[in-house]
Amino acid sequence: MLSARGVVAGYARGRAVLDGVDVTVPRGAVRGLAGPSGCGKSTLARVLALLQRPWSGTVELDGREIRGARYSVPRESRTSVGIVFQQPRPAVDPRMTLREIVSEPLRVRGARQPRARVDELAETTGLDAELLGRMPHEVSDGQLQRACLARAMAPRPRYLICDEMTGMLDASTTAALVRVVTGRVAEEGTGVLAISHDESLLRAWAGDDVIRW
Amino acid sequence: MVELESDSATAGPPRPWRSAARARAGAVRGAAGAVRARLRLVTAVTALGALVLAALSVPALSAAPGTVDYQAIRLPPSPAHPFGTDTSGRDLFVRSLAGLRVSLLVAAVSTVVSTVLGTAVGALSGASGGWVDRLLMRVVDAVNAVPHLLLGIVIVALYRGTVLAVVLSIGLTHWATVARVVRSEVLGLRDRPYVDAAVSAGAGRWWVLRNHLLPAIVPQAALSAVLLVPHAVFHETALSFLGLGLPPHLASIGNILSDGREGVLLGAWWIVAFPAGLLVATTLSVSGIAAAWRDRTIPTRRSELTL
Repeated sequence: MLSARGVVAGYARGRAVLDGVDVTVPRGAVRGLAGPSGCGKSTLARVLALLQRPWSGTVELDGREIRGARYSVPRESRTSVGIVFQQPRPAVDPRMTLREIVSEPLRVRGARQPRARVDELAETTGLDAELLGRMPHEVSDGQLQRACLARAMAPRPRYLICDEMTGMLDASTTAALVRVVTGRVAEEGTGVLAISHDESLLRAWAGDDVIRW
Repeated sequence: MVELESDSATAGPPRPWRSAARARAGAVRGAAGAVRARLRLVTAVTALGALVLAALSVPALSAAPGTVDYQAIRLPPSPAHPFGTDTSGRDLFVRSLAGLRVSLLVAAVSTVVSTVLGTAVGALSGASGGWVDRLLMRVVDAVNAVPHLLLGIVIVALYRGTVLAVVLSIGLTHWATVARVVRSEVLGLRDRPYVDAAVSAGAGRWWVLRNHLLPAIVPQAALSAVLLVPHAVFHETALSFLGLGLPPHLASIGNILSDGREGVLLGAWWIVAFPAGLLVATTLSVSGIAAAWRDRTIPTRRSELTL
């Protein structure tokens, strides 16, 4: 279980964006979080992905309290929570090929040429294998978001946070990516937090398990 | 209504200059532009190669560049003396190329010292933040607060009249500017979402620095390095002119130019024109190569330009 308890968080010298938030993400299920723009959904996503330290409150990962954020969190904890951002383009290094992008989590752990695993991830996410050699500016937003999802799934995270993952995508790509994520939930018992402003999409995805802000 | 507002907010005000810039970029990326860019690169590489080759071989194959001949002072360019002779009757062709060799060596080594030091300090400062950043930036302020030439004179005075002293005095005074440029680049990059993604993927500081930050700042660092080359030659000139730099008998572009100023007043334009021309040609070819390199590291062109 990944949970936030009484989390207060914000950005430097501002008003708190999150003011005492409690959210839990169980394993093997999709939990939806709906709310209008600017209500702090993305900040919560960053806090749960251990990328931002809350001002107060605690984040717990499988019963262990996480202190700090980013580099001060042990690598195993960080890779236990994957995150996919709304906009794929700023989320990839423009100097890397898609293969380099998808394989980064594996190379960080010391894998030299994780070819087979990257091909497998590309196939799972419906990313055309021949696109793997291309640069980000040579592929569409939809293909790039597939690569981002593949990257997030590469270290087999126990939890996956999809922060408006399909916000930039057309209906068929949206449906495809949602299927990929729900497939992980069924096969690997991944716990998913799906964040969106589109409540009807969340209902289709998470059923009744939608938190409304 | 709300939608309209949000639309105009994302689209921003009209930017008429953008279309012109786009068109230019498009032209460069077109086939004709690619050929032109390649031609420019080939010209620059050839010119620099020829200059370096000449600087290395001509002085070695000719009579000593310091041979004084008072029968032949201030001769205009002729087949015997392609660049003419100086006020001591030394052949300027040989002497200029010998000078280019010394100046290039001094400039190259001091530029490397500056760039490596500046990039290391700037990247460390920007990537760490906190007290490390504050401390390093105060050191940078201190170095920048003292005029370069003055600090250079102090360093040169400690090891007077050696090439190493000139290299150190230029290298140790110019890294601070590079450090500032690199730091601000790193600060702009370290909060990018792709760095967040790497952190989430388990990357440490060193991984992020090596794989995401340094590759992005290489074009900037290379550009400041190239801009430093002519600058370093000018400092070498200034130090030599003050009598603190390279010993006067050693031919360097700086020494030749300061010797040549009196010749110009006597109508001997070639004493300044040819050595200065060599310097300009060298600088232009170095910056031409750097520009091509920068274009190649701009992501949208990586796949189009292959060296």
